[in-house]
Amino acid sequence: MVESAKPSYIGIEGVFYSLTHAPDLVRYGSKPSRELRANTTLEQRLKNQLRSFSAATAYAPHQVYIGNITPAELGNLSKPWYDNLPQGALPKGRFGDIVDQESLYGLLGQADQFNLVTVSERWFWDRMTKPPESKQLRLKSFAEIESLCHKGALPLYSDEKLVGCIEAGHAEDVNLSADVLLENLAAKATAAHALKSLLSALKMDPNHVDFLISCSEEAIGDRYNRGGGNLAKAIAEQVGCENASGSDVKAFCAGPLYAMIHGASLIQSGVCNRVAVVAGGSLAKLGMKFESHLKKGMPILEDVLGSFAVILSAAKTGEPCIRLDSAAFHPVRAGASPQAMAEYLAEKALAKLGMKLTDVDRYAVELHNPEITVPSGSGDVPRTNYLTLAALAVMRGQIKKDQMEDFVRARGMVGYAPTQGHIPSAGVYLGHALDALRNNEIKNALFISKGSLFLGRMTQLSDGCSFLVEKSEK
Amino acid sequence: MLNGKKVIAIGERDGVPGPVIAECLEGAGLEVVFQVTECFV
Repeated sequence: MVESAKPSYIGIEGVFYSLTHAPDLVRYGSKPSRELRANTTLEQRLKNQLRSFSAATAYAPHQVYIGNITPAELGNLSKPWYDNLPQGALPKGRFGDIVDQESLYGLLGQADQFNLVTVSERWFWDRMTKPPESKQLRLKSFAEIESLCHKGALPLYSDEKLVGCIEAGHAEDVNLSADVLLENLAAKATAAHALKSLLSALKMDPNHVDFLISCSEEAIGDRYNRGGGNLAKAIAEQVGCENASGSDVKAFCAGPLYAMIHGASLIQSGVCNRVAVVAGGSLAKLGMKFESHLKKGMPILEDVLGSFAVILSAAKTGEPCIRLDSAAFHPVRAGASPQAMAEYLAEKALAKLGMKLTDVDRYAVELHNPEITVPSGSGDVPRTNYLTLAALAVMRGQIKKDQMEDFVRARGMVGYAPTQGHIPSAGVYLGHALDALRNNEIKNALFISKGSLFLGRMTQLSDGCSFLVEKSEK
Repeated sequence: MLNGKKVIAIGERDGVPGPVIAECLEGAGLEVVFQVTECFV
Protein backbone atom coordinates (compact mmCIF):
# COMPACT_ATOMS: atom_id res chain seq x y z
CA MET A 1 0.00 0.00 0.00
CA VAL A 2 1.14 3.51 -0.78
CA GLU A 3 1.83 5.64 2.27
CA SER A 4 0.69 9.23 1.99
CA ALA A 5 1.69 12.13 4.18
CA LYS A 6 -1.51 14.00 3.38
CA PRO A 7 -4.96 12.72 4.44
CA SER A 8 -7.29 12.06 1.52
CA TYR A 9 -10.97 12.37 2.40
CA ILE A 10 -13.98 11.13 0.45
CA GLY A 11 -17.40 12.37 1.52
CA ILE A 12 -20.30 10.15 2.60
CA GLU A 13 -23.45 11.90 1.36
CA GLY A 14 -25.84 9.46 2.95
CA VAL A 15 -26.71 5.89 3.85
CA PHE A 16 -29.92 3.88 3.85
CA TYR A 17 -30.45 0.46 5.42
CA SER A 18 -33.46 -1.70 4.65
CA LEU A 19 -34.79 -4.97 6.01
CA THR A 20 -37.41 -6.93 4.11
CA HIS A 21 -39.51 -9.29 6.18
CA ALA A 22 -39.96 -12.48 4.14
CA PRO A 23 -41.34 -15.25 6.38
CA ASP A 24 -42.81 -17.24 3.50
CA LEU A 25 -39.44 -17.27 1.73
CA VAL A 26 -37.58 -18.77 4.71
CA ARG A 27 -38.42 -22.22 3.32
CA TYR A 28 -36.34 -21.32 0.23
CA GLY A 29 -33.21 -20.49 2.22
CA SER A 30 -30.39 -22.94 1.51
CA LYS A 31 -30.51 -24.72 4.87
CA PRO A 32 -34.31 -24.92 5.30
CA SER A 33 -34.86 -26.09 1.71
CA ARG A 34 -32.42 -28.98 2.22
CA GLU A 35 -33.67 -29.96 5.67
CA LEU A 36 -37.36 -29.69 4.76
CA ARG A 37 -36.81 -32.05 1.83
CA ALA A 38 -35.13 -34.56 4.15
CA ASN A 39 -37.69 -34.24 6.97
CA THR A 40 -41.17 -33.09 5.97
CA THR A 41 -42.35 -32.89 9.61
CA LEU A 42 -40.07 -29.88 10.05
CA GLU A 43 -42.20 -27.73 7.77
CA GLN A 44 -45.09 -27.23 10.19
CA ARG A 45 -42.72 -26.64 13.11
CA LEU A 46 -40.93 -24.00 11.03
CA LYS A 47 -44.21 -22.29 10.11
CA ASN A 48 -45.30 -22.24 13.77
CA GLN A 49 -42.20 -20.29 14.77
CA LEU A 50 -42.28 -17.61 12.04
CA ARG A 51 -42.76 -14.03 13.21
CA SER A 52 -45.41 -11.50 12.23
CA PHE A 53 -44.36 -8.27 10.49
CA SER A 54 -45.12 -6.28 13.66
CA ALA A 55 -42.90 -8.59 15.76
CA ALA A 56 -40.08 -8.36 13.21
CA THR A 57 -40.47 -4.57 13.10
CA ALA A 58 -40.39 -4.17 16.88
CA TYR A 59 -37.40 -6.50 17.29
CA ALA A 60 -34.80 -4.21 18.88
CA PRO A 61 -31.81 -5.25 16.70
CA HIS A 62 -33.90 -4.35 13.62
CA GLN A 63 -34.69 -0.97 15.14
CA VAL A 64 -30.93 -0.44 15.56
CA TYR A 65 -30.38 -1.45 11.92
CA ILE A 66 -32.74 1.26 10.65
CA GLY A 67 -31.47 3.90 13.06
CA ASN A 68 -34.20 4.25 15.69
CA ILE A 69 -32.12 2.77 18.55
CA THR A 70 -28.36 3.11 18.98
CA PRO A 71 -26.13 0.05 19.47
CA ALA A 72 -25.31 1.36 22.97
CA GLU A 73 -29.02 1.51 23.84
CA LEU A 74 -29.48 -2.04 22.55
CA GLY A 75 -26.76 -3.22 24.94
CA ASN A 76 -28.85 -1.94 27.84
CA LEU A 77 -32.11 -3.63 26.79
CA SER A 78 -33.36 -6.80 28.49
CA LYS A 79 -32.77 -10.12 26.76
CA PRO A 80 -34.00 -12.12 25.03
CA TRP A 81 -34.69 -9.27 22.65
CA TYR A 82 -37.33 -11.31 20.81
CA ASP A 83 -39.39 -11.49 24.02
CA ASN A 84 -38.84 -7.87 25.02
CA LEU A 85 -40.17 -5.90 22.08
CA PRO A 86 -40.04 -2.10 22.45
CA GLN A 87 -43.45 -0.42 22.39
CA GLY A 88 -44.41 1.84 19.50
CA ALA A 89 -41.69 0.65 17.13
CA LEU A 90 -42.09 1.93 13.58
CA PRO A 91 -40.99 0.43 10.25
CA LYS A 92 -39.50 3.81 9.27
CA GLY A 93 -36.17 4.70 10.82
CA ARG A 94 -33.75 7.61 10.93
CA PHE A 95 -31.80 6.07 8.05
CA GLY A 96 -33.70 2.97 7.04
CA ASP A 97 -36.94 1.05 6.80
CA ILE A 98 -38.53 -2.36 7.22
CA VAL A 99 -40.52 -3.62 4.24
CA ASP A 100 -43.29 -6.22 4.43
CA GLN A 101 -43.52 -9.33 2.31
CA GLU A 102 -46.45 -8.12 0.20
CA SER A 103 -44.40 -5.12 -0.87
CA LEU A 104 -41.46 -7.42 -1.61
CA TYR A 105 -43.57 -9.43 -4.06
CA GLY A 106 -44.46 -6.17 -5.79
CA LEU A 107 -40.78 -5.17 -5.89
CA LEU A 108 -39.81 -8.58 -7.32
CA GLY A 109 -42.40 -8.18 -10.06
CA GLN A 110 -41.15 -4.70 -10.89
CA ALA A 111 -37.55 -5.90 -11.00
CA ASP A 112 -38.41 -8.77 -13.39
CA GLN A 113 -37.95 -7.90 -17.09
CA PHE A 114 -38.49 -11.44 -18.40
CA ASN A 115 -42.08 -12.20 -17.31
CA LEU A 116 -40.93 -14.77 -14.79
CA VAL A 117 -42.71 -13.45 -11.68
CA THR A 118 -46.48 -13.82 -11.61
CA VAL A 119 -48.76 -12.46 -8.91
CA SER A 120 -52.36 -13.44 -8.25
CA GLU A 121 -54.64 -10.82 -9.75
CA ARG A 122 -57.21 -11.07 -6.98
CA TRP A 123 -54.61 -11.03 -4.20
CA PHE A 124 -52.96 -7.99 -5.77
CA TRP A 125 -56.13 -5.92 -6.08
CA ASP A 126 -57.18 -6.86 -2.52
CA ARG A 127 -53.99 -5.41 -1.09
CA MET A 128 -52.19 -2.98 -3.31
CA THR A 129 -53.23 0.63 -3.12
CA LYS A 130 -51.27 1.95 -6.08
CA PRO A 131 -52.99 0.94 -9.34
CA PRO A 132 -50.07 2.26 -11.50
CA GLU A 133 -47.90 -0.51 -10.02
CA SER A 134 -50.08 -3.14 -11.70
CA LYS A 135 -48.69 -2.07 -15.09
CA GLN A 136 -45.29 -3.34 -14.04
CA LEU A 137 -46.59 -6.67 -12.73
CA ARG A 138 -47.67 -9.85 -14.46
CA LEU A 139 -51.07 -10.61 -12.98
CA LYS A 140 -52.84 -13.93 -13.53
CA SER A 141 -55.75 -15.87 -12.08
CA PHE A 142 -55.22 -18.32 -9.24
CA ALA A 143 -55.91 -21.25 -11.60
CA GLU A 144 -53.24 -20.06 -14.02
CA ILE A 145 -50.72 -19.74 -11.18
CA GLU A 146 -51.56 -23.24 -9.96
CA SER A 147 -51.01 -24.52 -13.48
CA LEU A 148 -47.60 -22.79 -13.72
CA CYS A 149 -46.59 -24.35 -10.39
CA HIS A 150 -47.59 -27.81 -11.65
CA LYS A 151 -45.28 -27.19 -14.61
CA GLY A 152 -42.36 -26.45 -12.27
CA ALA A 153 -42.65 -22.80 -11.26
CA LEU A 154 -41.63 -22.01 -7.67
CA PRO A 155 -44.69 -21.04 -5.59
CA LEU A 156 -44.81 -17.73 -3.71
CA TYR A 157 -46.92 -17.82 -0.55
CA SER A 158 -48.46 -15.27 1.78
CA ASP A 159 -49.65 -16.59 5.13
CA GLU A 160 -49.27 -20.05 3.61
CA LYS A 161 -51.67 -19.23 0.74
CA LEU A 162 -50.47 -19.44 -2.85
CA VAL A 163 -50.37 -15.88 -4.22
CA GLY A 164 -47.86 -16.07 -7.05
CA CYS A 165 -44.93 -17.93 -8.56
CA ILE A 166 -41.61 -17.53 -10.29
CA GLU A 167 -40.68 -19.52 -13.39
CA ALA A 168 -37.29 -20.75 -14.54
CA GLY A 169 -35.47 -18.61 -17.11
CA HIS A 170 -34.31 -21.67 -19.07
CA ALA A 171 -35.54 -25.25 -19.32
CA GLU A 172 -32.14 -26.87 -18.70
CA ASP A 173 -29.71 -24.33 -17.28
CA VAL A 174 -29.51 -24.77 -13.47
CA ASN A 175 -28.05 -21.25 -13.21
CA LEU A 176 -31.37 -19.90 -14.48
CA SER A 177 -33.64 -22.17 -12.44
CA ALA A 178 -36.55 -20.57 -10.58
CA ASP A 179 -34.91 -20.81 -7.14
CA VAL A 180 -31.65 -19.24 -8.38
CA LEU A 181 -33.50 -16.45 -10.18
CA LEU A 182 -35.56 -15.79 -7.04
CA GLU A 183 -32.30 -15.29 -5.11
CA ASN A 184 -30.92 -13.00 -7.81
CA LEU A 185 -34.11 -10.97 -8.19
CA ALA A 186 -34.41 -10.62 -4.39
CA ALA A 187 -30.90 -9.14 -4.30
CA LYS A 188 -31.69 -6.79 -7.20
CA ALA A 189 -35.07 -5.67 -5.84
CA THR A 190 -33.92 -5.07 -2.25
CA ALA A 191 -30.76 -3.22 -3.29
CA ALA A 192 -32.76 -1.07 -5.71
CA HIS A 193 -35.25 -0.27 -2.94
CA ALA A 194 -32.43 0.82 -0.62
CA LEU A 195 -30.85 3.10 -3.23
CA LYS A 196 -34.19 4.55 -4.34
CA SER A 197 -35.04 5.32 -0.71
CA LEU A 198 -31.65 6.94 -0.14
CA LEU A 199 -31.99 9.15 -3.22
CA SER A 200 -35.45 10.14 -2.06
CA ALA A 201 -34.21 10.94 1.47
CA LEU A 202 -31.40 13.08 0.02
CA LYS A 203 -33.78 14.66 -2.54
CA MET A 204 -31.19 13.69 -5.13
CA ASP A 205 -31.85 13.21 -8.84
CA PRO A 206 -30.90 9.62 -9.83
CA ASN A 207 -29.29 11.09 -12.94
CA HIS A 208 -26.66 12.71 -10.73
CA VAL A 209 -25.15 9.31 -9.82
CA ASP A 210 -22.20 8.42 -12.10
CA PHE A 211 -21.50 4.87 -11.12
CA LEU A 212 -22.89 2.00 -9.03
CA ILE A 213 -20.90 -0.73 -7.33
CA SER A 214 -22.83 -3.76 -6.12
CA CYS A 215 -21.27 -5.92 -3.43
CA SER A 216 -24.18 -8.38 -3.37
CA GLU A 217 -22.98 -11.99 -3.24
CA GLU A 218 -25.26 -13.69 -5.77
CA ALA A 219 -23.70 -15.38 -8.81
CA ILE A 220 -25.64 -13.72 -11.64
CA GLY A 221 -25.12 -15.52 -14.93
CA ASP A 222 -25.90 -18.51 -17.11
CA ARG A 223 -24.16 -21.87 -17.48
CA TYR A 224 -21.35 -20.45 -19.58
CA ASN A 225 -20.83 -17.44 -17.30
CA ARG A 226 -21.74 -18.55 -13.79
CA GLY A 227 -21.25 -15.47 -11.62
CA GLY A 228 -20.68 -13.26 -14.68
CA GLY A 229 -22.28 -10.48 -12.72
CA ASN A 230 -22.82 -6.77 -13.06
CA LEU A 231 -25.92 -6.75 -10.96
CA ALA A 232 -24.92 -3.13 -10.31
CA LYS A 233 -25.98 -1.99 -13.76
CA ALA A 234 -29.32 -3.79 -13.48
CA ILE A 235 -29.90 -1.98 -10.17
CA ALA A 236 -28.89 1.36 -11.73
CA GLU A 237 -31.49 0.83 -14.46
CA GLN A 238 -34.15 -0.20 -11.92
CA VAL A 239 -33.57 2.96 -9.88
CA GLY A 240 -33.51 5.25 -12.90
CA CYS A 241 -29.83 6.21 -12.77
CA GLU A 242 -29.87 6.79 -16.53
CA ASN A 243 -26.42 8.39 -16.67
CA ALA A 244 -24.72 5.73 -14.59
CA SER A 245 -23.00 2.49 -15.38
CA GLY A 246 -21.79 0.04 -12.80
CA SER A 247 -19.88 -3.09 -11.91
CA ASP A 248 -19.70 -5.58 -9.06
CA VAL A 249 -17.07 -5.93 -6.37
CA LYS A 250 -17.17 -9.31 -4.68
CA ALA A 251 -15.10 -10.63 -1.79
CA PHE A 252 -17.55 -12.66 0.31
CA CYS A 253 -18.37 -10.69 3.48
CA ALA A 254 -15.50 -8.26 2.86
CA GLY A 255 -17.24 -7.05 -0.31
CA PRO A 256 -18.95 -3.92 1.09
CA LEU A 257 -15.76 -2.31 2.40
CA TYR A 258 -13.84 -3.21 -0.77
CA ALA A 259 -16.71 -1.66 -2.75
CA MET A 260 -16.47 1.54 -0.69
CA ILE A 261 -12.68 1.68 -1.15
CA HIS A 262 -13.14 1.19 -4.92
CA GLY A 263 -15.87 3.83 -5.03
CA ALA A 264 -13.80 6.30 -3.00
CA SER A 265 -10.83 5.65 -5.31
CA LEU A 266 -12.94 6.41 -8.41
CA ILE A 267 -13.79 9.77 -6.87
CA GLN A 268 -10.27 10.49 -5.61
CA SER A 269 -8.87 9.78 -9.09
CA GLY A 270 -11.39 12.09 -10.74
CA VAL A 271 -12.98 9.31 -12.80
CA CYS A 272 -16.38 9.83 -11.11
CA ASN A 273 -18.06 12.56 -9.12
CA ARG A 274 -20.64 10.47 -7.29
CA VAL A 275 -20.64 6.71 -6.67
CA ALA A 276 -23.37 4.60 -5.08
CA VAL A 277 -22.39 1.40 -3.28
CA VAL A 278 -25.32 -1.02 -3.03
CA ALA A 279 -25.89 -4.38 -1.37
CA GLY A 280 -28.92 -6.61 -1.85
CA GLY A 281 -30.34 -9.24 0.46
CA SER A 282 -29.16 -12.84 0.62
CA LEU A 283 -32.15 -15.17 0.25
CA ALA A 284 -29.92 -18.25 0.55
CA LYS A 285 -29.13 -17.28 4.13
CA LEU A 286 -32.72 -17.08 5.33
CA GLY A 287 -33.32 -19.59 8.15
CA MET A 288 -29.67 -20.69 8.14
CA LYS A 289 -29.84 -21.54 11.87
CA PHE A 290 -33.53 -22.37 12.06
CA GLU A 291 -32.96 -25.83 13.57
CA SER A 292 -31.20 -24.36 16.61
CA HIS A 293 -33.93 -21.76 16.98
CA LEU A 294 -36.60 -24.49 16.83
CA LYS A 295 -34.77 -26.58 19.41
CA LYS A 296 -34.60 -23.62 21.80
CA GLY A 297 -38.27 -22.68 21.24
CA MET A 298 -37.25 -19.35 19.71
CA PRO A 299 -38.86 -17.53 16.80
CA ILE A 300 -37.12 -17.96 13.44
CA LEU A 301 -34.95 -14.85 13.64
CA GLU A 302 -33.42 -15.17 10.18
CA ASP A 303 -36.58 -14.05 8.39
CA VAL A 304 -35.36 -10.78 6.89
CA LEU A 305 -33.39 -9.81 3.80
CA GLY A 306 -30.89 -7.04 4.52
CA SER A 307 -29.86 -4.37 2.04
CA PHE A 308 -28.19 -0.99 2.06
CA ALA A 309 -27.00 1.88 -0.12
CA VAL A 310 -24.23 4.42 0.45
CA ILE A 311 -23.52 7.45 -1.72
CA LEU A 312 -19.95 8.75 -1.89
CA SER A 313 -18.76 12.04 -3.39
CA ALA A 314 -16.22 14.80 -2.80
CA ALA A 315 -15.53 15.60 0.84
CA LYS A 316 -17.14 18.57 2.57
CA THR A 317 -15.10 20.33 5.21
CA GLY A 318 -15.89 19.19 8.73
CA GLU A 319 -18.21 16.38 7.56
CA PRO A 320 -17.68 12.63 8.21
CA CYS A 321 -15.54 11.07 5.49
CA ILE A 322 -13.79 7.89 4.49
CA ARG A 323 -10.10 8.49 4.99
CA LEU A 324 -8.88 6.79 1.83
CA ASP A 325 -5.21 6.93 2.81
CA SER A 326 -6.08 4.69 5.78
CA ALA A 327 -7.34 1.86 3.56
CA ALA A 328 -5.62 -1.42 4.38
CA PHE A 329 -5.78 -4.89 2.86
CA HIS A 330 -4.93 -8.32 4.19
CA PRO A 331 -1.94 -9.49 2.10
CA VAL A 332 -1.42 -13.10 1.00
CA ARG A 333 1.69 -13.42 3.16
CA ALA A 334 -0.28 -12.59 6.34
CA GLY A 335 -1.82 -16.06 6.68
CA ALA A 336 -5.30 -16.75 7.97
CA SER A 337 -5.06 -16.39 11.75
CA PRO A 338 -7.32 -13.84 13.51
CA GLN A 339 -4.23 -12.26 15.09
CA ALA A 340 -2.64 -11.63 11.68
CA MET A 341 -5.93 -10.19 10.48
CA ALA A 342 -6.02 -7.75 13.41
CA GLU A 343 -2.37 -6.82 12.90
CA TYR A 344 -2.78 -5.95 9.23
CA LEU A 345 -6.27 -4.43 9.28
CA ALA A 346 -5.98 -2.50 12.56
CA GLU A 347 -2.47 -2.18 14.00
CA LYS A 348 -0.48 -1.67 10.77
CA ALA A 349 -3.28 0.32 9.16
CA LEU A 350 -3.28 2.73 12.08
CA ALA A 351 0.51 2.82 12.38
CA LYS A 352 0.82 4.34 8.90
CA LEU A 353 -1.37 7.21 10.17
CA GLY A 354 0.76 7.53 13.30
CA MET A 355 -2.01 6.04 15.46
CA LYS A 356 -2.22 3.25 18.02
CA LEU A 357 -5.07 0.80 18.65
CA THR A 358 -6.15 2.95 21.61
CA ASP A 359 -6.46 6.03 19.39
CA VAL A 360 -9.62 4.60 17.79
CA ASP A 361 -12.85 5.52 19.56
CA ARG A 362 -15.04 2.88 17.93
CA TYR A 363 -14.31 -0.30 16.01
CA ALA A 364 -16.92 -1.60 13.56
CA VAL A 365 -16.32 -5.31 12.96
CA GLU A 366 -18.70 -7.99 11.70
CA LEU A 367 -21.78 -7.09 13.70
CA HIS A 368 -23.75 -10.35 13.64
CA ASN A 369 -26.63 -10.40 16.11
CA PRO A 370 -25.47 -12.79 18.88
CA GLU A 371 -29.06 -13.74 19.67
CA ILE A 372 -29.07 -15.50 16.28
CA THR A 373 -25.60 -17.07 16.41
CA VAL A 374 -25.04 -18.06 20.06
CA PRO A 375 -27.91 -20.62 20.26
CA SER A 376 -26.41 -22.55 17.35
CA GLY A 377 -22.93 -22.64 18.91
CA SER A 378 -21.47 -20.10 16.49
CA GLY A 379 -20.52 -17.75 19.31
CA ASP A 380 -20.73 -14.00 19.70
CA VAL A 381 -18.85 -12.91 16.56
CA PRO A 382 -18.39 -9.19 17.37
CA ARG A 383 -17.21 -9.94 20.90
CA THR A 384 -14.68 -12.50 19.61
CA ASN A 385 -13.32 -9.90 17.20
CA TYR A 386 -13.19 -7.18 19.88
CA LEU A 387 -11.33 -9.52 22.24
CA THR A 388 -8.77 -10.22 19.50
CA LEU A 389 -8.21 -6.46 19.08
CA ALA A 390 -7.99 -5.99 22.85
CA ALA A 391 -5.52 -8.88 23.17
CA LEU A 392 -3.37 -7.26 20.47
CA ALA A 393 -3.45 -4.00 22.41
CA VAL A 394 -2.27 -5.92 25.51
CA MET A 395 0.55 -7.59 23.55
CA ARG A 396 1.73 -4.19 22.32
CA GLY A 397 1.62 -2.72 25.82
CA GLN A 398 -1.13 -0.21 24.96
CA ILE A 399 -3.47 -1.51 27.68
CA LYS A 400 -3.09 -3.90 30.61
CA LYS A 401 -4.62 -7.37 30.56
CA ASP A 402 -7.22 -6.42 33.17
CA GLN A 403 -8.34 -3.55 30.90
CA MET A 404 -9.45 -5.82 28.06
CA GLU A 405 -13.13 -5.75 29.04
CA ASP A 406 -12.98 -1.95 29.31
CA PHE A 407 -11.47 -1.82 25.80
CA VAL A 408 -14.29 -4.01 24.43
CA ARG A 409 -17.01 -2.03 26.23
CA ALA A 410 -15.69 1.43 25.30
CA ARG A 411 -14.59 0.80 21.72
CA GLY A 412 -16.93 -1.99 20.66
CA MET A 413 -20.66 -2.59 20.52
CA VAL A 414 -23.18 -5.43 20.62
CA GLY A 415 -24.02 -7.04 17.29
CA TYR A 416 -27.40 -6.26 15.75
CA ALA A 417 -27.24 -7.24 12.07
CA PRO A 418 -29.07 -10.23 10.58
CA THR A 419 -26.80 -13.08 9.44
CA GLN A 420 -26.96 -11.98 5.80
CA GLY A 421 -23.32 -12.58 4.81
CA HIS A 422 -21.96 -9.28 3.52
CA ILE A 423 -24.64 -7.19 5.28
CA PRO A 424 -23.29 -7.45 8.89
CA SER A 425 -19.79 -6.72 7.72
CA ALA A 426 -18.87 -3.43 9.44
CA GLY A 427 -20.53 -1.16 6.85
CA VAL A 428 -23.79 -1.72 8.69
CA TYR A 429 -22.51 0.69 11.37
CA LEU A 430 -21.86 3.59 8.99
CA GLY A 431 -25.25 5.26 9.65
CA HIS A 432 -24.70 5.30 13.42
CA ALA A 433 -21.06 6.34 12.89
CA LEU A 434 -22.17 9.43 10.93
CA ASP A 435 -24.52 10.37 13.80
CA ALA A 436 -21.89 9.77 16.48
CA LEU A 437 -19.26 11.80 14.58
CA ARG A 438 -21.64 14.71 13.92
CA ASN A 439 -22.69 14.70 17.60
CA ASN A 440 -19.02 14.63 18.65
CA GLU A 441 -19.59 11.40 20.60
CA ILE A 442 -16.60 9.87 18.83
CA LYS A 443 -13.78 11.37 16.80
CA ASN A 444 -13.22 8.35 14.57
CA ALA A 445 -14.27 4.78 13.78
CA LEU A 446 -12.24 2.01 12.19
CA PHE A 447 -14.23 -0.28 9.88
CA ILE A 448 -12.87 -3.83 9.54
CA SER A 449 -14.34 -6.53 7.32
CA LYS A 450 -13.39 -10.15 6.78
CA GLY A 451 -14.14 -12.59 3.98
CA SER A 452 -14.12 -16.40 4.14
CA LEU A 453 -12.43 -17.07 0.81
CA PHE A 454 -11.84 -20.74 1.70
CA LEU A 455 -15.58 -21.43 1.30
CA GLY A 456 -15.15 -21.37 -2.49
CA ARG A 457 -12.39 -24.04 -2.34
CA MET A 458 -9.98 -21.98 -4.45
CA THR A 459 -7.65 -21.06 -1.58
CA GLN A 460 -7.25 -21.77 2.13
CA LEU A 461 -6.87 -18.03 2.75
CA SER A 462 -9.12 -15.59 4.53
CA ASP A 463 -9.31 -11.99 3.46
CA GLY A 464 -10.19 -8.56 4.75
CA CYS A 465 -9.86 -4.83 4.42
CA SER A 466 -10.34 -1.76 6.57
CA PHE A 467 -10.55 2.03 6.60
CA LEU A 468 -10.97 4.87 9.06
CA VAL A 469 -13.97 7.20 9.07
CA GLU A 470 -13.58 10.64 10.62
CA LYS A 471 -14.49 14.27 9.96
CA SER A 472 -12.44 15.95 7.28
CA GLU A 473 -9.98 18.53 8.52
CA LYS A 474 -10.99 22.16 8.36
CA MET B 1 -0.83 -41.94 23.08
CA LEU B 2 -1.99 -40.01 20.00
CA ASN B 3 0.70 -41.27 17.63
CA GLY B 4 -0.77 -42.88 14.50
CA LYS B 5 -4.38 -41.92 15.29
CA LYS B 6 -6.54 -40.63 12.49
CA VAL B 7 -8.13 -37.21 12.95
CA ILE B 8 -10.54 -34.83 11.24
CA ALA B 9 -9.67 -31.15 11.82
CA ILE B 10 -12.41 -28.53 11.50
CA GLY B 11 -11.19 -24.96 11.80
CA GLU B 12 -13.27 -21.83 12.26
CA ARG B 13 -12.91 -18.49 10.55
CA ASP B 14 -12.74 -16.41 13.75
CA GLY B 15 -10.79 -19.07 15.61
CA VAL B 16 -8.04 -21.41 14.46
CA PRO B 17 -7.97 -22.23 10.70
CA GLY B 18 -8.11 -25.89 9.63
CA PRO B 19 -4.59 -26.00 8.08
CA VAL B 20 -3.07 -24.69 11.33
CA ILE B 21 -4.80 -27.38 13.39
CA ALA B 22 -3.71 -30.00 10.86
CA GLU B 23 -0.06 -28.90 10.99
CA CYS B 24 0.01 -29.03 14.79
CA LEU B 25 -1.61 -32.46 14.87
CA GLU B 26 0.67 -33.88 12.20
CA GLY B 27 3.64 -32.59 14.18
CA ALA B 28 2.31 -34.56 17.15
CA GLY B 29 2.25 -37.74 15.07
CA LEU B 30 -1.43 -37.89 14.11
CA GLU B 31 -2.69 -38.62 10.63
CA VAL B 32 -5.02 -35.86 9.41
CA VAL B 33 -7.47 -37.54 7.02
CA PHE B 34 -9.51 -34.39 6.39
CA GLN B 35 -9.16 -30.74 7.29
CA VAL B 36 -11.34 -27.78 6.48
CA THR B 37 -12.02 -24.24 7.65
CA GLU B 38 -15.66 -23.26 7.91
CA CYS B 39 -17.58 -20.04 8.40
CA PHE B 40 -20.60 -20.61 10.62
CA VAL B 41 -22.25 -17.25 10.01
